[in-house]
Amino acid sequence: MADATANTPAVGIGPGPRGAKPRNAFAPRNIMLYGTLIIVAIYYALPLYVMIVTSLKGMPEIRMGNIFAPPLEVTFEPWVKAWSTACTGINCDGLSRGFWNSVWILVPSVVVSITIASVTGYALANWKFKGSEFFFAVLLIGAFIPYQVMLYPIVLVLKNLGDGISFFTVALGLGKVQVYGTLWGLVIVHTIFGMPILTLLFRNYFASLPEELFKAGRVDGAGFWGIFFRIMLPMSLPIFVVAMILQVTGIWNDFLFGVIYTKPEIYPMTVQLNNIVNSVQGIKEYNVNMAATLLTGLVPLIVYFVSGKLFVRGIAAGAVKG
Amino acid sequence: MNTMTAVNTESSISIRDLTLNFGAVQVLKRMDLEVAPGEFIVLLGPSGCGKSTLLNCIAGLLDITDGQIWIKGKNVTWAEPSERGIGMVFQSYALYPQMTVRGNMSFGLKNQKMPQAEIDARVARAAEILQIQPLLDRKPGALSGGQRQRVAIGRALVRDVDVFLFDEPLSNLDAKLRSELRVEIKRLHNKLNNTMVYVTHDQIEALTLADRIAVMRGGVIQQLDEPQTIYNRPANLFVAGFIGSPSMNFIHGAVKGGKFYAEGIVVDLAGYEGGALIDRPKAILGLRPEHLTVTNTAVAGKTIAATVEIDENLGADSLLWLKAGDNQISVRIPVEDRLNAGTSVHLEVDMSKASIFDAETEARV
Amino acid sequence: MADTGISSSSGARGAPGSVATQATLPIARKPSRLFRNLASKIALVPMILTVLVIFVGCTIWTVVHSFTSSKLLPKLDFVGLAQYERLWGNDRWMVSIKNLAVYGTCSMIFSLVIGFTLAALLDRKIRFENTFRTIILYPFALSFIVTGLVWQWILNPDFGIEKVVRDLGFESFVFDPLHSDQFVIYGILIAGLWQGTGLVMCLMLAGIRGIDEDIWKASRIEGIPVWKTYVQIIIPMIRPVIVTSVVLIASGIVKVYDLVVAQTSGGPGTSSQMPALYVMDRMFKDQNLAQGFAASTMMLVAVAIILIPWAYLEFGGKKSRG
Repeated sequence: MADATANTPAVGIGPGPRGAKPRNAFAPRNIMLYGTLIIVAIYYALPLYVMIVTSLKGMPEIRMGNIFAPPLEVTFEPWVKAWSTACTGINCDGLSRGFWNSVWILVPSVVVSITIASVTGYALANWKFKGSEFFFAVLLIGAFIPYQVMLYPIVLVLKNLGDGISFFTVALGLGKVQVYGTLWGLVIVHTIFGMPILTLLFRNYFASLPEELFKAGRVDGAGFWGIFFRIMLPMSLPIFVVAMILQVTGIWNDFLFGVIYTKPEIYPMTVQLNNIVNSVQGIKEYNVNMAATLLTGLVPLIVYFVSGKLFVRGIAAGAVKG
Repeated sequence: MNTMTAVNTESSISIRDLTLNFGAVQVLKRMDLEVAPGEFIVLLGPSGCGKSTLLNCIAGLLDITDGQIWIKGKNVTWAEPSERGIGMVFQSYALYPQMTVRGNMSFGLKNQKMPQAEIDARVARAAEILQIQPLLDRKPGALSGGQRQRVAIGRALVRDVDVFLFDEPLSNLDAKLRSELRVEIKRLHNKLNNTMVYVTHDQIEALTLADRIAVMRGGVIQQLDEPQTIYNRPANLFVAGFIGSPSMNFIHGAVKGGKFYAEGIVVDLAGYEGGALIDRPKAILGLRPEHLTVTNTAVAGKTIAATVEIDENLGADSLLWLKAGDNQISVRIPVEDRLNAGTSVHLEVDMSKASIFDAETEARV
Repeated sequence: MADTGISSSSGARGAPGSVATQATLPIARKPSRLFRNLASKIALVPMILTVLVIFVGCTIWTVVHSFTSSKLLPKLDFVGLAQYERLWGNDRWMVSIKNLAVYGTCSMIFSLVIGFTLAALLDRKIRFENTFRTIILYPFALSFIVTGLVWQWILNPDFGIEKVVRDLGFESFVFDPLHSDQFVIYGILIAGLWQGTGLVMCLMLAGIRGIDEDIWKASRIEGIPVWKTYVQIIIPMIRPVIVTSVVLIASGIVKVYDLVVAQTSGGPGTSSQMPALYVMDRMFKDQNLAQGFAASTMMLVAVAIILIPWAYLEFGGKKSRG
């Protein structure tokens, strides 16, 4: 609308303006508008650009030139080093370890959290009972409690859970089981803290489906699970995609839970990245640091650029709480 | 509470003392309803009157607060919807979008673990009755509104049940389709002779389809009767005003010595078909627009003097809006008898079809 | 299931047209409330456990233990408000609070102003709207660790903006916030805004787009300037979105942790301390648990102070229990 028909003189019979109002693409107003937007876009895009160019330069070039200059000599050395040989403490096998740790954390966490939240949301939308709404309200309020308040007692909960499970596994001759400090402990934590927002997302989605479909299912003799799997799930692909986007980026980017609920051998990528870049020993290799940073940001960035509008929908859904 | 209750075992549906509360709001109030086998009952009322709620209670989709529901001599008060022996048709069709028409119709039967051959036979029969055989392998998204509603009826039909519940099934359709499907439902009822409970806010549907109409307001059945009785002998002011379009003319006045007095109006009530006409200081005379005739000659006690205000041409006939004293009165007249605004006329009252209501109790006298 | 009383005199059906037969039958008793919708109740067990054990249980546990003298291990020897007195007498905590106040105020104001301005610019039916939105929002997909590290690099005085500007001939140019006691918090603010404003913009844009087009027609007919329409008509109309944004920004501010860890680790010295950092260090580094619990309880109080007025505005008067 803005300038597609710019400068086209009004053609027509007789005097007076006809047709679309002529508009000038270079009107001061448009220059202001687009100028501002372009400057803003540069500001937002700059860090990504700096990350990329820095990661492709050799250290001598970094010391000589400025961070905004494109690389004179493109090298992938920093990427290779960041991935496979960068050191955190005594381990010098690069970020690849953190990457795979993150993958192993991500997959079960996403699956478990979405499974539980979708069933919870469905039960809350369609099978309300006395008290269910109250618990849901508390769940939503819980989303606002600073994590720091609950971090330590959750450590105790996970330890006790491990002891509780061990009680049975030892009795069965399977040995002791640990939950705290393991992958599954972290999966539980991600499931818990993902629950408010995901449940809200699913509850609202299922509530927006026509209630009569649910009623028809009941008349047709389908029960709680029958209606969920046969009627609701086939209609819910979009919301599952939104939930996946939300959880994949959220869990991948997590730092706090990774630090507290896992051990160094299974630290997720973000924690390892921070340890590599902010380690005090050795000479700073900025190109390697930036390659490592980019590598860590790659998964959510790919999710973001591929999913496009769905990502926006996901965060908008995630943002509209209550 | 006594643990035994008297139940009419001949009824197809028997509702006893049904109460439903949503929190502090009483949605249905101690309701009783007996539906005979093969009867077509229409629940009619404005939105929020509890008619759909009542239907959902019968279907078992809402847990009631108190009372009993019996279907075919079986107490189903706490039975699952699928165990009640009912089929239900919804306003929004409620077809499962991911299943084909065949899948939609057989879903309930599959849940009953019925043999496939029996399922196929039932689907084929229902499809034949409703003439939807060519649609069986399509998805609901590829169907028109009318076709969808046929499929929804088919889904109820294959269940082979005695009781059909319809929840405003035609209100999402346009006027033409609505009248077509209305006839279809009537035909279906004549053919299957099932018990049907049909919820609507459309009085035409109610009057054309019903064996008996239950007019509801505020969770209470106001009147349960045959359509003609409901129309001609409305039990109270609400029913009188709700049924009929344009609605009944109400003239406020008093009954005294067998005559009705209002400002500038005196009508002799001889010929009134109803209860005894004792004197009432506050009464309402109800006259349907088609039960008044326009004449030029005044007859004392038989006519009302009025002045024409507006004449609306409705095509088939014409609606005359007149002023008689303070009262606005509408009269249905043949199109060829149209009158100009300002004309003074006299309206002749057919007392055998009039209704008189007590202004206090709003009940018909 | 109902205990169905099957009619004993059903033979009466054989007499059509007869007067209604009355039979006295046992009425169905209401089934136990507990077992109705049992599947739904089982499905909600994870949510109910999360609410009771984590959100309620762990929060109360922490608050209770904040009144003890727990050091390495939690113990229940109550010392009254001693931890809180220590907390408010501690310089690092006071720095954290001061930082949180500065960061919080600036972050709130700039996020709202920039977010709304960008949304209004994008709302002007511009070309490449999707491109601009994609660029402005992508930082939101990244981890705070990544954001912190990138900005640490860009703000590096030896290689980053300071050096680039000096190389242009401004020899005395100084821009080194991350190594200045006074300005370090603004360095973090720049990074925080870069990451977070995209979300606010998206929310605001959704809000603006949700407004009836006729409002614009009306304001054009009355000749109200565009900017005035935004300020005087649109802003009041998107109040719910603004409220949501405020709550989101605020809860983000209280939780800010990863960003500081990655960008400055709380330094130089203690000058970029934040409450969340203080809590983590007390609990997991100094083995001074009760002090950490007291600090996190203060964070909880801060959130409650933000949340209660919001909840009141949002649900004021209405009872939100189902």
